[in-house]
Amino acid sequence: MLNLAKEKLTEMFRKMLEIRFFEEKVFDLYAQNLVPGTIHLYTGEEAVAVGVCAALEKTDYVTSTHRGHGHCIAKGADLKRTMAEILGKRTGYCKGKGGSMHIADFSIGMLGATAVVGAGMPIAVGAGLSIKLRKTRQVVACFFGEGASNQGTFHEGINMASIWRLPVIFICENNLYAMGTHQSRVMNIENIADRALAYGIPGVIADGNDVLAVYEKALQAVERARKGEGPTLIECKTYRHKGHSRVDPAKYRPKAEVEEWLAKDPIKRFKEKLLQEGVLIQVEVQKIEREVAAEIEEAVKYAMESPYPAPEEALEDVYA
Amino acid sequence: MRKIAYREALREALREEMRRDPTVFLLGEDIGKYWGGAFKVTEGLAEEFGEERVRDTPISESAIIGVGVGAAITGMRPVAEIMFGDLTALAMDQIANQAAKIRYMFGGQVKCPLVIRTPFGAGVNIAAHHSQSLEAWFMHVPGLYVAVPSTPYDAKGLLKSAIRGNNPVIFCEHKLLYPVEGEVPEEQYTVPFGVADIKREGEDATIVATLYMVHKALEAAKTLEKEGVSVEVVDPRTLTPLDKQTIINSVKKTGRIVIVSEDCKTAGVSAEIAAIIAEEAIDYLDAPIKRVAEPDTPIPFSPPLEQYVIPDEKAIIKAVKEVV
Repeated sequence: MLNLAKEKLTEMFRKMLEIRFFEEKVFDLYAQNLVPGTIHLYTGEEAVAVGVCAALEKTDYVTSTHRGHGHCIAKGADLKRTMAEILGKRTGYCKGKGGSMHIADFSIGMLGATAVVGAGMPIAVGAGLSIKLRKTRQVVACFFGEGASNQGTFHEGINMASIWRLPVIFICENNLYAMGTHQSRVMNIENIADRALAYGIPGVIADGNDVLAVYEKALQAVERARKGEGPTLIECKTYRHKGHSRVDPAKYRPKAEVEEWLAKDPIKRFKEKLLQEGVLIQVEVQKIEREVAAEIEEAVKYAMESPYPAPEEALEDVYA
Repeated sequence: MRKIAYREALREALREEMRRDPTVFLLGEDIGKYWGGAFKVTEGLAEEFGEERVRDTPISESAIIGVGVGAAITGMRPVAEIMFGDLTALAMDQIANQAAKIRYMFGGQVKCPLVIRTPFGAGVNIAAHHSQSLEAWFMHVPGLYVAVPSTPYDAKGLLKSAIRGNNPVIFCEHKLLYPVEGEVPEEQYTVPFGVADIKREGEDATIVATLYMVHKALEAAKTLEKEGVSVEVVDPRTLTPLDKQTIINSVKKTGRIVIVSEDCKTAGVSAEIAAIIAEEAIDYLDAPIKRVAEPDTPIPFSPPLEQYVIPDEKAIIKAVKEVV
């Protein structure tokens, strides 16, 4: 870990905090009835998005899911425009047409979140093919949950990426539950990474609550992809702190299990490590926390003060 | 003018666009040098452009289209082939939820210039999974364009427009049309979307028809002419966007309308066009709107069964006689 510059480690910590504070704020706003529709919070899984995106460059691509706020923020999306989109405002990334489940920022390679489970996989593979045909050195990180690995698109997409040796990194965020369905009820294997064998690609497991572990695996996969050696499947074992969506109290999860995972909170762990190893001192941590909290407040203020789109804007952007 | 077959016209369009623009590439099952496409449309293209740009895929329709979407939103102009129109069902999420909506739901940030070529139509005894006409499915999804060329000239010009355009296009071909020859100039041209073509002028009744039905309508018109009935045949050429004005203008002129479509009657192409006429041109009609379409059944296999369900010249003539 100390091989990484303090600057890099601090940035990773900051990004994780941005996601955590952002999601907590979204939850608050939702409770106040200020967020239309539904929300799927990334709280608890921050180490995955941040660990992966820390291994990417700005021009690299990511594809995201219904639980996508974290991927956006980790890839460098503007907090104000992200929050504005979630509140349905004109100033949001998608001018209020997408909402929480459909945020994209093509200027930073964030190719967007699809709310159809598993649908992002072939799209990520297509971006990978595009990279190969255009002969650039970009890579694609494709995020999805363990539930999506039961979709046909998982099979079709990874197989195609494998036979064409495309620069795609498949990131499975295994948080154990697809809505309320525990993994053990829908597959007879424990490790999604094992499925890589069927496609002739490496399948690796990372502690998804350890940002440096995720970063290390992602970096190896990125290097492999840039060398033209093809895709990697990385399974990150993690857990969502909140329910599936909205006010889901997640009663289907045993209390002991929840407590066990809360104790493994990725931010708490990373913070302790940074302090223990002397990368940061307590006052520096507090300063970062204050700064991030202020940034989130600013994003909320911006989003709240932004206007809604004019109703007839609903008719725009159907065709190019 | 020289005459070439519909499939050759399509191939010429692909070849010209691939030569013109290095971002254009093809993908699909068996479209490359080992087969040249199930209907031979892409024959010879892998030899000229290589296997990277004329890319054989696994049997994975959903990924073929998804890969097309991913490539289209990152700077490429993919042309995907789905071997039979019926198999678009396997890729429906990628077509209807991803390709069609990716621009809109991201607030216009991105273009999705993806062309999906696929053959529809019955008449070759290959039964319920290889014979349907499903154009209306795609008309029902905002964000998609739907092209329905009936002649080699239109096929070439529309395909070139589809590839150069910035929207996802379902490019509907008809398997009986592939060998059909027609005039196609040597020099390059395009046919714009949303502009109908009057395939035959007439005074007494209007027939709106697409794809293979245009040819049956023209045959019927010839027969009717001998009986003293002058029929105008309007070919919309694209169903989305639909050139309503040309259809309505023709209705104003003739006062009578027969819509011929090879898809099922219920909620189909003919239903939509009939609704538009009822809504916007009913005052010009001197007789009820008539529709000639397939009955609401799957396409059967046995020749007499199949022929029974496909609209034929006789049915078209009968419908026209009922309104004039």
